[in-house]
Amino acid sequence: MKRIFARIFTTNHRTLGIFYLYLALAAVAVGTMLSLLMRFHRVWPDAVIPFFGIMKPEDYLALVTMHGTLMIFFVLTTAPQSGFANLVLPEQIGARGMAFPRINAAAFWLTVVAFLVLISAAHISSGGAPISGWTNYPPLSALPGAGPGQGLGMDLWLVSIGIFCIAAWLSAVNMLATILGERRAGMTWTRLPMTVWAWLVASILTLLAFAVLLAAVVLLFSDRHFGSSFFIPMGDMIDGRVVGHGDGSPLLWLHLFWFFGHPEVYIAVLPGMGLATSLFANFTRRRVAGYRMMAGMLVAIGLLGLAVWGHHMFVSGMNPYAGTAFAMITMAIAVPSTVEVIGWLATLWGGGLRLQAPMLFALGFLSFFIVGGLTGPLLAEPALDAYLHNTFFVVAHFHLIMAMAGVFSVFAGIYYWFPLMTGRLMNETLGKLHFWVSLITAYGTFLPMHFAGLAGEPRHYDRLAGPVTSFPSLIPVERAITYSALLLAAAQFIFLWNVFASARRGRIAEANPWQATTLEWADAEGPMRIERGPYEYELPSSGKGFHPQWESATKEE
Amino acid sequence: MPATFTRNQVEIERKDPGIGGKPPYDRRPTGGGGDGENWDNQPSGRHGPRELLIRYRLGVLFALAGDLMFFVALVSAFFVRQSSGHFDVHDNFTNDWLPLAVPPILWLNTAVLLLSGLTMEVARRQLFHEIDVMEEWLGLGRPAVKRAAPWLMATLVLGLMFLGGQWIAWEQLVREGYSFISPNPSSHFFYLITGIHGLHLVFGIFALMGALVGMFTLKRVELRQVAVDSVAWYWHTMGVFWIFLFVLLVFFQ
Repeated sequence: MKRIFARIFTTNHRTLGIFYLYLALAAVAVGTMLSLLMRFHRVWPDAVIPFFGIMKPEDYLALVTMHGTLMIFFVLTTAPQSGFANLVLPEQIGARGMAFPRINAAAFWLTVVAFLVLISAAHISSGGAPISGWTNYPPLSALPGAGPGQGLGMDLWLVSIGIFCIAAWLSAVNMLATILGERRAGMTWTRLPMTVWAWLVASILTLLAFAVLLAAVVLLFSDRHFGSSFFIPMGDMIDGRVVGHGDGSPLLWLHLFWFFGHPEVYIAVLPGMGLATSLFANFTRRRVAGYRMMAGMLVAIGLLGLAVWGHHMFVSGMNPYAGTAFAMITMAIAVPSTVEVIGWLATLWGGGLRLQAPMLFALGFLSFFIVGGLTGPLLAEPALDAYLHNTFFVVAHFHLIMAMAGVFSVFAGIYYWFPLMTGRLMNETLGKLHFWVSLITAYGTFLPMHFAGLAGEPRHYDRLAGPVTSFPSLIPVERAITYSALLLAAAQFIFLWNVFASARRGRIAEANPWQATTLEWADAEGPMRIERGPYEYELPSSGKGFHPQWESATKEE
Repeated sequence: MPATFTRNQVEIERKDPGIGGKPPYDRRPTGGGGDGENWDNQPSGRHGPRELLIRYRLGVLFALAGDLMFFVALVSAFFVRQSSGHFDVHDNFTNDWLPLAVPPILWLNTAVLLLSGLTMEVARRQLFHEIDVMEEWLGLGRPAVKRAAPWLMATLVLGLMFLGGQWIAWEQLVREGYSFISPNPSSHFFYLITGIHGLHLVFGIFALMGALVGMFTLKRVELRQVAVDSVAWYWHTMGVFWIFLFVLLVFFQ
C-alpha cells in the first residue's frame, strides 16, 4: 500500500512529466469530443444526438465554454510547458533535479484537482456547464440567474480556474528557481538549449499572468456571492428585471482577463518554438542560425506579449486611442516573430534535412506558425477587427497559430522524447501517416473558416440553418469543415495506437537515437563542467559529425 | 559548512558584502571564478555551502513576484472602479464611489507591523554570525538559536497584534455602517485589500511558528538558516506591500 502511494505521489520529475502528458491526453480527448459535437450540430442542427438529445442553444454555448477551457488550460498550458519541462528540463541544464520537487508535485496534483472540479461543473450542477465562454465576460458570468449553468456551474468553473492559477504559480516558481539556480557549472546562458530559454520566458509569463487571473477570479466570485459590484454595471437587466447595483465595470474584467489571456497564448506556443529550434538544428545537422538573436527574440516576444492585451478588446467599447496604441504594439510583435521564422528558415536552408516524424511535426508547427501568424497583423488592425472580431475568421486564426501549432509541437516532442519515456522508438511509418493525414485535415478544418469569417459568419452562434437561413451559401463550407474535423480526430487514433503499441513492442532505442547534442540524451552523468554549446552539429559533408554537450571540449584533436 | 560571514577587519576593508550577501570570490569555499564576472565563462549553479540558501531565496523571490502581480491587479481594479460610473437621466456622469475614512487604529497597526519587521530582521541576522555557527560546530550548544528565538517570538506577537488591530478596524467600520454588504464600492475594496493582506499575514504567522519549531528541531544549521531567512523575506515583503496598500487606502480615496 505504502509502495503504491509512493509511486503515485512521486516527486520524480520525469514521472510527473509523463503524468502531465496523461492529464493533457484526458483533457484533449474530452475537448475533442466536445468540438466534434459542436461541428456535428452546426451541420445537422436538428439531429438527435445519442446520450444528448436535441442540442439547445445554451447546450452549444456550454460546449464552447468547456471546449475552450479544457483545451487552453489543461492541454496547451500543461503539455508543452509543465509536461515536457518536467520530462527533460533538469537533465538539459545538467541539474540533479528540480529545485523544489515537492512543490512541483503539489502543482501537478492541484492541476488534477482543478481538472476534476471543471469536469464536475458539467455534471453535478443542475443547469449543466457554464455558458459564458472560456473568457467568461460579465455581466453574464457575474449573475447566477443569467442562464442555466451560470449558477453552480459557473462557481465550479471559478473554483477550478482559481486552483489552476495557484498550481501554475507553484509550477512556475519551481521552474524559474531550477533554471536560474540549478544549472551545472559551465552551463552558461549561451549554452542553454533553446527549449530552456522558451520554458524560462513562458514561466515568467505564467508567474505574472496567472496571478492577475487569480485576482480577477476572486473579484468575480465576490461579485457573485458577497454583494459587491466590481464588474456588474448599473441597470443591468435579466428577464426585464433590473439586477445591476453599483457602477461596476465589465470592461475591468476584460482588462484583467486579457492581461492574463494574451500571455497565455505565448505560454502555449513559446515551448513549441524552442522545441522546433532544437529539432531543426538536430535534423538538419546544423548549428542554430543566430542563436543569441533567436533567444533574445523569444524574450522580446514574451515581453511584448505582456503589453498587447487590449487587441482582444477593440470592439468592447474601449477608448479608441488606447486601441491604436495596442494595435501598434501588437504589430510590433510581428518583428521578433519574423526574426524567429527567418532564423528557422536559415537553419533549414541547405541543411541535410532528415524527414523523420519529429522533424515532420516540427515543420508542421512552422507551417502553422506562418499561416496562422499572417492573419495576426490583420486582426491587430482595429478597423478590420471591427468587422472580423466576432466572426469565424478569429476562430481560424487562433486555432491555427495556437491550437494546431501548439498541438503539432506537442506531437513533435512526444515522437522525439519517446525513447526517454519508454526506451523504445515510435513506429516511423505510422508517424508519417499520422503527420500527413493530420496536416491535411487540420488545414481542411481551419483554412475554410477564414472564408466563412470573411463572409460574415458569426462565432458563438449555435446554428446557421434554421427556419430562416441567412448564410445558405456557407452550408457546404460548414459541411466540409465538419467532415475534415471528423477525419482529423480519427487520425489521432493512429497516434494513440502508435504510442501504446510502440511503448510495448517498439524498436528498442539505442543510446542517443537522434544523435542529439543536448544533455538529456547523455547516458552517463556527464562532465562536472559543461564546455560546449547546445547545437554543435557539423554538416555530414564536413566529416566531423557532432559534439554533444557532455563531451569535453579539450578532447577535440 | 553553512553560510556565514565574518565581520573581521580585513574583509570590511576589502568589501562589505552586507548581511547574508555574497562573499568575495577569493573567500568562496568553492574556489569561485576569481576572474571577473564574464557572462560566458562564469560557473553557474554553484553547489557550495550557500546552495540551499540561494535556492530558497530564489523560490521566495519568484513566489513573491507573482504575489506582487496579484496585488497590482487588485490596486488597478481599485482605480478603475473608482472612475467607472454611468450617465443618469439628466446626462450627468455619476458614480457610486463614496470615499472611506479609514479607522485611525490603522496608523497604530502600521507602526506595529513596521516594528515587527525590525524584530524579524534582528532574528534573521542572528543566524548568520560565524562565531555562533562555529560554536555549534564545535558542539558548544546552539547559541544562534538562543539569541534568535526571542526575536522571532517578538515578531510573532507583533504580527498577532497587527492582525488583532485589523480586526478591531473592521469592527469599527461595521459599527459605522460600512460592512462588506453595504453598496459602497470603496468599502468592498477596503475589506478585500485588508482581508487578503491579512490572509497573507496569517500564512506568515504559520510560517513563523514553523520557523520557531524548526529552530529547535532542525538538525542542520543550513536548514535553520533557510527557514528563518525565507520567512524573514516573506515578512518584509508583506510589510512593504502593506505600506503601499495603506497609502492607497488613506490617500487615494
